[in-house]
Amino acid sequence: MKRLLKTVLLNAMVAIIGLAVLAPLLWMAAAAFMPRGTAQTTPPPLVPHHPTLDNFRELFTRLRLGRYFANSVVISLAITSIGVLLNSMAGYAFAKLRFGGRAALMKGLLAGLIVPLQVGMLPLFLLLKQFHLINTYWAVIIPSMASIYGIFMVRQYALSIPDNLLDAARIDGAGEWRVFFSIVLPVIRPVLATLAIFTFLSAWNDFMWPLIVLTGNDRYTLPVAMAILSTEHVQDAELMMAGSLVTVLPVLVLFAALQRQIIGGIMMGGLKE
Amino acid sequence: MAYLLITDVAPAATQKQVPTGSQPRLWGLPAGWWFVAPALAIIFLFFLAPIFASLLLSFTDFDIYALADWRNLRFVGLDNYHQLFNTPRFWTALKNTLYFVLLGGPLSVATSLGAALLLEAKATRFKALWRTVFFAPVVTTLVAVAVVWRYLYHTQYGLINHLLAALHIGPIDWMGSPRWAMPAIILLAVWKNFGYNMVIFMAGLQSIPRELYEAAEVDGASPTRRFWHVTMPMLGPTFLFVGVTTMIGLFQLFAEPYVMTQGGPLDSTYSLVMLMYEQGFRWWRLGFASSVAFVLFALTLAATSIQLRLQRRSAA
Repeated sequence: MKRLLKTVLLNAMVAIIGLAVLAPLLWMAAAAFMPRGTAQTTPPPLVPHHPTLDNFRELFTRLRLGRYFANSVVISLAITSIGVLLNSMAGYAFAKLRFGGRAALMKGLLAGLIVPLQVGMLPLFLLLKQFHLINTYWAVIIPSMASIYGIFMVRQYALSIPDNLLDAARIDGAGEWRVFFSIVLPVIRPVLATLAIFTFLSAWNDFMWPLIVLTGNDRYTLPVAMAILSTEHVQDAELMMAGSLVTVLPVLVLFAALQRQIIGGIMMGGLKE
Repeated sequence: MAYLLITDVAPAATQKQVPTGSQPRLWGLPAGWWFVAPALAIIFLFFLAPIFASLLLSFTDFDIYALADWRNLRFVGLDNYHQLFNTPRFWTALKNTLYFVLLGGPLSVATSLGAALLLEAKATRFKALWRTVFFAPVVTTLVAVAVVWRYLYHTQYGLINHLLAALHIGPIDWMGSPRWAMPAIILLAVWKNFGYNMVIFMAGLQSIPRELYEAAEVDGASPTRRFWHVTMPMLGPTFLFVGVTTMIGLFQLFAEPYVMTQGGPLDSTYSLVMLMYEQGFRWWRLGFASSVAFVLFALTLAATSIQLRLQRRSAA
């Protein structure tokens, strides 16, 4: 009896916390469909009594959210595709190819992990300005094309590739690029998927750097546009909830579809000890 | 990128394995060099070199005139740091950032551990579902959820005050009072981030051998004792990793106050990174702003080494 009571209490607690965690997102989704001026009333409505798409219509016409959405998509996809290629090449080499300075380079990279990203932002801005890249997509894409985390993630996984698999291909006359593209990449596909998702998520959600280098309205990504719109439309709760929904929906859908790779990718490291 | 961290830095054991491998050559050089070159060039040019450049920049008076013509640039030694330490707003930003890190850090780690323990408990049903739910805020866009929470915190119409009213508390002017603005931002940060460390703790909990618990139970240890004498010591390395990475992330507080309070009210949520951003990219005082960046770096470094030392002492 006591045990049953404990089980019920435990599960009730988990459910209450779960609801509390979801509540902000659920309310955002509900308010996005409420007519203007109805979300901020007493008592606050929890569901839209007269659901409408007006907020989205205004966002995509007058406020040009479609443009910002497209910017976000282009930048995030570019970072993801280039990043996965460059990080997997380097990660594979650090795991499986011996070359002078390998251990020292790896150590140096790992030490770089504790430096906050903001420390180099000011000179980086000047550097990109020299190349006339400010207010272009490239200003956001280029610094994110390789990452220490990404390299390390691939390296850890690639360590498990058997050497004789690679050597057999070499004996058959395959060149190093051929070995990489037709043997290594297929073998490390699971970690590539995880890396791709992580890279996309962080590119999509990035805020401070795009805010700094995307100076013109036409180039804003969704987070930058939302930060600016939200200060101009403080009173329009429903409109801002619709904008937030458009911003987080793609990543939430991606998460729902690929959560095993995402959570598994984080757990992988911890379990390896 | 601030909060996305791979958990592999922690286990020192994995570093020991010396991977074998062959040493093929390509176009006259070790093939490995060609494979790492593109990624390393990007990291060196756009991450590592700017860090050193930032240190140099902090010894100059780089401002809007130098931006127009580099010949206006002068070396000023430690003047920027001297000026920074005499700026009251710097001390406010430092105090706020430390408040955020020192309260938000432990709160966030404790929440993560609590959630992990709940989800790992034998009697919990629908574990996969709740794990997904608890993790969902981690993947969301910080700016977008900050906008949402600003409305949740609304004094009159916000859901949070509405709930508190049911408990006869409030109404609290969350975003408008210097006392509550930072706690409100901390609450948002904990909600947004706890799922990430929760997953790491779950991995840590799963790696504790069952026999340890069974042995403790045979010896008559209560659940509380088992937690303090088996679970907590076994989670040591996980704690170190989670503590360090969480702190590094929290020191970079920027988007939440930028969106929700613009650093106010009365500068009560004004952070170091906001100071750097405003000085550097609004007033174009890049030399001065670099000195803020280096104070941030020094703080991160100091906090990391303190954590390492504490951990070592408790392990000994």
